[in-house]
Amino acid sequence: MSTKTLAGTPVDVNDEGFFEKPEQWTEEMATEMAEEEGIDDLTPQHWQVIHFMRKEYDEKGTGPTVRVLGKSSGVSVKELYQLFPKGPAKVAARIAGIPKPRGCV
Amino acid sequence: MTHRIVILGAGTGGTIMANRLRKTYAESEASITVVDRDDRHIYQPGLLFVPFGLTHPEDIVRPRKRQIHKGIDYHQSEIDRVDVEADRVHLTDGTTLDYDVLIVASGTDLLPQETEGLTGPGWMEKVFTFYTLEGAAALEAALTRFDGGRIVVNFIDLPIKCPIAPLEFVFMTDWYFHERGIRDRVDITYVTPLDGAFTKPIAAQSLGDLMAEKHIELVTEFNTGEVDGEGGRLVSYDEREVPFDLAVIVPLHGGASFVERSPALGDDLGFVPTDPHTLQSTVKPNIFAIGDATNIPTSKAGSVTHFEAEILQDNVRRFLAGEPLEGEYDGHANCFIETGFKKALLIDFNYDTEPLEGHFPAQVGMPLLKESRLNHLGKLMFQWFYWHSLLPGRDIPGIRPDMTMAGKHRPGE
Ligand SMILES: Cc1cc2nc3c(=O)[nH]c(=O)nc-3n(C[C@H](O)[C@H](O)[C@H](O)COP(=O)(O)OP(=O)(O)OC[C@H]3O[C@@H](n4cnc5c(N)ncnc54)[C@H](O)[C@@H]3O)c2cc1C
Repeated sequence: MSTKTLAGTPVDVNDEGFFEKPEQWTEEMATEMAEEEGIDDLTPQHWQVIHFMRKEYDEKGTGPTVRVLGKSSGVSVKELYQLFPKGPAKVAARIAGIPKPRGCV
Repeated sequence: MTHRIVILGAGTGGTIMANRLRKTYAESEASITVVDRDDRHIYQPGLLFVPFGLTHPEDIVRPRKRQIHKGIDYHQSEIDRVDVEADRVHLTDGTTLDYDVLIVASGTDLLPQETEGLTGPGWMEKVFTFYTLEGAAALEAALTRFDGGRIVVNFIDLPIKCPIAPLEFVFMTDWYFHERGIRDRVDITYVTPLDGAFTKPIAAQSLGDLMAEKHIELVTEFNTGEVDGEGGRLVSYDEREVPFDLAVIVPLHGGASFVERSPALGDDLGFVPTDPHTLQSTVKPNIFAIGDATNIPTSKAGSVTHFEAEILQDNVRRFLAGEPLEGEYDGHANCFIETGFKKALLIDFNYDTEPLEGHFPAQVGMPLLKESRLNHLGKLMFQWFYWHSLLPGRDIPGIRPDMTMAGKHRPGE
């Protein structure tokens, strides 16, 4: 675990840059992290995905996989890859300030 | 009062639970009804061997009814839906079944239609799956005809049943073309959405090394968006391509489709939200789930189903007696990984402990994460155990449902 400063506030992140404490997250931090990921402009569709991720995390304790995002976030898998080209589940989880999605075994 | 227990699905989990609960309760104490759509129980691990001519479809199928003990009511029909509020199951033949306890053991449905192009031109000609009996049989014919070119093996995304089966398939393919003396004319590529050969790091390393030794190419983090059978290529969502002459695909999996038709019973993918330790659903206290039908974070495997059954048998009894449940299941899974040339690897793990090296079940035993003949024999023997020990609900001597650290060691220890 390490500390990172986002939007002027220190937050706890793991080695891969995922938030350890989702409650430390703010929307300004999302904008800043998106830039680090090469996404200069968060569109309303990006926000739709980010808010969906946080809601899923609150309800289920883990972030959704790409497949669940495609089924339930209102944004198709194809569009998700256009929005987050480096991999929707991971990148959107990072920007949304939730821990790395657990996935399956 | 006679308890009414209804079990949906007479595959691995449904059959074990029916037979086990019949031992818990006399017929006067509980009625047990099991529902499935047909009378063909497939030994699914055998599907891996069909394409290579090592077993045949008729050798791995038995009547469902004959695996189910006396005093259990077997009802053959398609399940339409569950009315969670009313504690009632509707079957498509018009029957309704009321229950005090429902056990969902309906496994997974394969969803090839959810991947663009997968069931389009080329499906069952140069694009196959071995996850169905028909697919495995058709693939045998295709492999027999194959005399050189690119074979690609890919699972679209997790969860899938037996997540190591596609890897076993590539190892077997390597062996198969060696045997035919044309291995040098065949390129074998394993394409995975994961960032390595397996989900967990230590096993991913061992399996990755084994693939390199066997000259199998590994393509990682590939999320298949389209299977173009005609053009012979897999296309990922981020627009990478892998060409093939023959593709072996494990389609997306979801829960049984009736789960999605039953309000509140399933999650987004049709799996039943289930407590990972007690196996009680979080949907309603009188609904339990076992095997592939649950959403719990362990492998979808027969061994998992078998270990769960022992805990579930006890928890159903506790629930009906009004006692608190025991949260005992630890995610234990135990899988043989066939690697060809009459050898296999063994992995043993649970929610907290990834597959490690060592021996199973204790210091003296089968080697873990290492190729051996003994493991191969274990894998073959498993079929006998399946029909004669697992399904009848017997415990296998010396093998406990919870994972043990005896015989295991972490790297560097
Ligand atoms: C290729 C392959 C290789 C495998 N290898 C291994 C291995 O080596 N080791 C291992 O441990 N596991 C292995 N498995 C996994 C193992 O077979 C499954 O995990 C196990 O069978 C799960 O049992 P289950 O009871 O949950 O589901 P199933 O045994 O699949 O049973 C579900 C049942 O529900 C019925 N059903 C579903 N919907 C309906 C409906 N609407 N109406 C009526 N009936 C319905 C189905 O007909 C089916 O009989 C393998 C699987 C495959 C496909």
